[in-house]
Amino acid sequence: MASASAGQADTFPKLLLRNARERSSRIAFRHKDLGIWQSWTWAEVAEQVRSFARGLQDLGLKRGEKVAIIGYNRPRLYWSMCAAQWIGAVPVPVYADSVAEEMAYVLDHAEAVFACVQDQEQVDKVLSIAERLPHLRQMLYDEPRGLRDYDHGKLHEIDKVIAGGRDALKASPEAAAAHEREMEAGSGSDLGIILYTSGTTGRPKGVMLSHFNVITAAEIGCQFDGLNESDEVIAYLPIAWVGDHVFSYAQAIVAGFCVNCPEGPETVVDDRREVGTTYAFAPPRVFETMLTITMVRMEDAGPLMRKMFHYFLGVAKQHGEKILNGESVPLGARLLYKLGDILIYAPLRNRFGLSNIKVGYTAGEAIGPELFKFYRSIGVNLKQLYGQTEAGVYITMQPNGEIKADTVGRPAPLVEIRIDDNGEVLYRSPSIFGGYFKDPEKTAETMTADGYVRSGDAGFFDETGHLKIIDRAKDVGKLSSGDLFPPKYIENKLKFYPNIKEVVAFGQGRDYATVALNIDLTAVGNWAERNNVVYASYQELAGHDLVYDMIAKHVDEVNRSLAAEPLMGGAQIRRFLILHKELDADDGELTRTQKVRRGFIAERYAPLVAALYDGSDIADISTEVTFEDGRKGVISARVKVRDAKTYPVTAPTPARAA
Amino acid sequence: MNVESMNVTGEPLHRDKGEVLLSVDNISLRFGGVKAISDVSFDIRKGEVRAIIGPNGAGKTSMLNCINGFYHPQEGQITYKGVRRAKVKPHQAAADGIARTFQNVALFKGMSTLDNIMTGRTLKMHRNFFWQALRHGPAMTEEIEHRKVVEDIIDFLQIQHIRKLPVGKLPYGLQKRVELGRALAMEPELLLLDEPMAGMNLEEKEDMCRFILDVNNQFGTTIALIEHDMGVVMDLSDRVVVLEYGRKIADGTPDQVKANQAVIDAYLGVAH
Repeated sequence: MASASAGQADTFPKLLLRNARERSSRIAFRHKDLGIWQSWTWAEVAEQVRSFARGLQDLGLKRGEKVAIIGYNRPRLYWSMCAAQWIGAVPVPVYADSVAEEMAYVLDHAEAVFACVQDQEQVDKVLSIAERLPHLRQMLYDEPRGLRDYDHGKLHEIDKVIAGGRDALKASPEAAAAHEREMEAGSGSDLGIILYTSGTTGRPKGVMLSHFNVITAAEIGCQFDGLNESDEVIAYLPIAWVGDHVFSYAQAIVAGFCVNCPEGPETVVDDRREVGTTYAFAPPRVFETMLTITMVRMEDAGPLMRKMFHYFLGVAKQHGEKILNGESVPLGARLLYKLGDILIYAPLRNRFGLSNIKVGYTAGEAIGPELFKFYRSIGVNLKQLYGQTEAGVYITMQPNGEIKADTVGRPAPLVEIRIDDNGEVLYRSPSIFGGYFKDPEKTAETMTADGYVRSGDAGFFDETGHLKIIDRAKDVGKLSSGDLFPPKYIENKLKFYPNIKEVVAFGQGRDYATVALNIDLTAVGNWAERNNVVYASYQELAGHDLVYDMIAKHVDEVNRSLAAEPLMGGAQIRRFLILHKELDADDGELTRTQKVRRGFIAERYAPLVAALYDGSDIADISTEVTFEDGRKGVISARVKVRDAKTYPVTAPTPARAA
Repeated sequence: MNVESMNVTGEPLHRDKGEVLLSVDNISLRFGGVKAISDVSFDIRKGEVRAIIGPNGAGKTSMLNCINGFYHPQEGQITYKGVRRAKVKPHQAAADGIARTFQNVALFKGMSTLDNIMTGRTLKMHRNFFWQALRHGPAMTEEIEHRKVVEDIIDFLQIQHIRKLPVGKLPYGLQKRVELGRALAMEPELLLLDEPMAGMNLEEKEDMCRFILDVNNQFGTTIALIEHDMGVVMDLSDRVVVLEYGRKIADGTPDQVKANQAVIDAYLGVAH
């Protein structure tokens, strides 16, 4: 049933050729380059990929070998995945912003023989670790800038490889026919791609997905939301992430829609506006940043503008979501909302580049309910999904009309879910992975005998059949009093405030819960400017008393709301501090997908954690930081600790794990 | 699409750092009784990165001003591309292929990044005022060609995201980058950079270094730069000339200069 619509085409190269036949003149890829959107039709892309595959073969790439793909979202890098698949090689996308150390591990573990990279920066990075990569034979790059004087013995420009392949195919019809046969030889059950999970804990693991797995996953999503060839997406998330692979590669090829590659990471917002994407995908962080910037800019707007903005946001908060959900709303409110739409919401959606949006997804982390409701209230059909690399992304999704801020929806089509005795979510579907690359032990740990995958997340179904995720199963802990301590739940509540960027909660086995947090430099910096607070660095601003006062208010509000929830009331925050440096993936404090690594942070900032619990008002700390080029430095600081007020819990606290 | 197309000559650039592009012979410059430069000689070879360093008030900026014709030295002569120059005006120097950036950013603050860089193309635009005002026909064709060059530069300097923003609103580091872009838009043979990294943080400096090396590497542009950050100077430059109180006290490779006692004294002071 899964690949019924794909018919015979059971691999991505075959699907690409189907697109080239059936929708040859539709635009498949766009890339904004030199200020102009360059575009390629499906027929052209198929031609490029065909030649590229031949070029790779001529360089010595063989069936079953691995090709690392490193860089920002560029058409040629997506094509390199398909070209590798054409001749039965396996693409391994790698996070482009990994430091050399992490990259060396993944490339070596994957036994990559080729590397297709974006530019000089990545070429340099790979060259710097080349002696640790005995398997690596050839490197290809997309952008030639700065690479003129490099030794081109093992280094090739992608464009030239494509041109070489094209010439070779043109020169002999037999070669061309053999090349087609090479592609036909691939089948759906072949290993299609290895995606390395960013590893919240330990070393990254290589998730092996077959063509069939990925195509099935892509179809689940396409059917669920009615995606078709007229849709437009913007590709800006790391290509190594399963979300981007499914949304910007697999679904684009399955449904035949257009993938737009922005000029660079900084231009995404403008580029998204220009394209007018109909289908969007972003981690909560992106939505959060957009909202923060808007709120900050509104503070600088004229008083009339500001009044109007806040008034109509109020209206939207009251009625917007109900209107989007098709519930009954009084006529007056409807008219008022319509007026707000003309004056505020539509321009706002336009600003966000969400005017044409059909459906937008947020996943990767829990989204703050207020943030989620904000976007829905201004008419953006934002939904949540719960997914994992091991599942080929989809586990649960929210059907239209059944959107709730605090659940992640019903099981996706074809997916079966079971809740284990310890509260862990287990799932099974045709799209689940075939195992971790070269790690049968971990595979056995993760897969049950009856074919379910352990998600590692704790959750439960609510009375309407929607799944609610609390936290990582092993992270949901208890305070020494026996009260439930869900760290992520607390962190997310705080992170909703625009002034707070990152939060780490402590409390497992302790007497009470505490948090260490990062302020958001954009929001707090703007506040500082308006309030004549002088500061020279993040560190100085973070330690300012007025900033502490402001954050104390937020903590207080969170405590109030925790007190109102019977299960969570025991986990109110007793003490907090503002960290002297921003948590950074380069220092190993966040994962590459920007999730906090709680255990690592607790270790690294041990003196601060101790101060949170020994009652002292001040603590000294010095930490080592890693710069992007791998150099290290040390920063020291004196950090203040504050107490927060707690509230009596409104209902008794049943001490049981969720 | 092709970044290399910026190399307008179209042929591969070989950087033989031998041929003298510009030579300065026995130059002296006075403002009334103040001697800004006295009897300084050095040369700049084709394709090299030449640094001019020295303590404050040593006459470094005055030297650049002499080279691009803003000041006229009372004594001595400057030979550029084998031609001895009498009094050159800055715009003639520009037409001859000498471009520069300034110590204090000198951009049109109200104009966008794109327009600022476009002004660097002025000397290369040949349609008359009438056509340009109409922005039609040949003037339009010409503008498109120039826009292409400018877009190449924007891509090269990675400033796509600020293409349409007024430069006055940009942080200082980016303004410096725009200024470099404007100088590059002239497709200069000799690029004079007056403290390109002043007031930048470490990351911005690293980026700027990268750009300077890339310009030198990719377009074969000869670069003369004034810079105070010694780490930068020693890393970037092929040869360094050191000035103090208007006099040349050393000239040579970074290593030679580093070891020179006169330079060490000038920078660290001497016990009297």
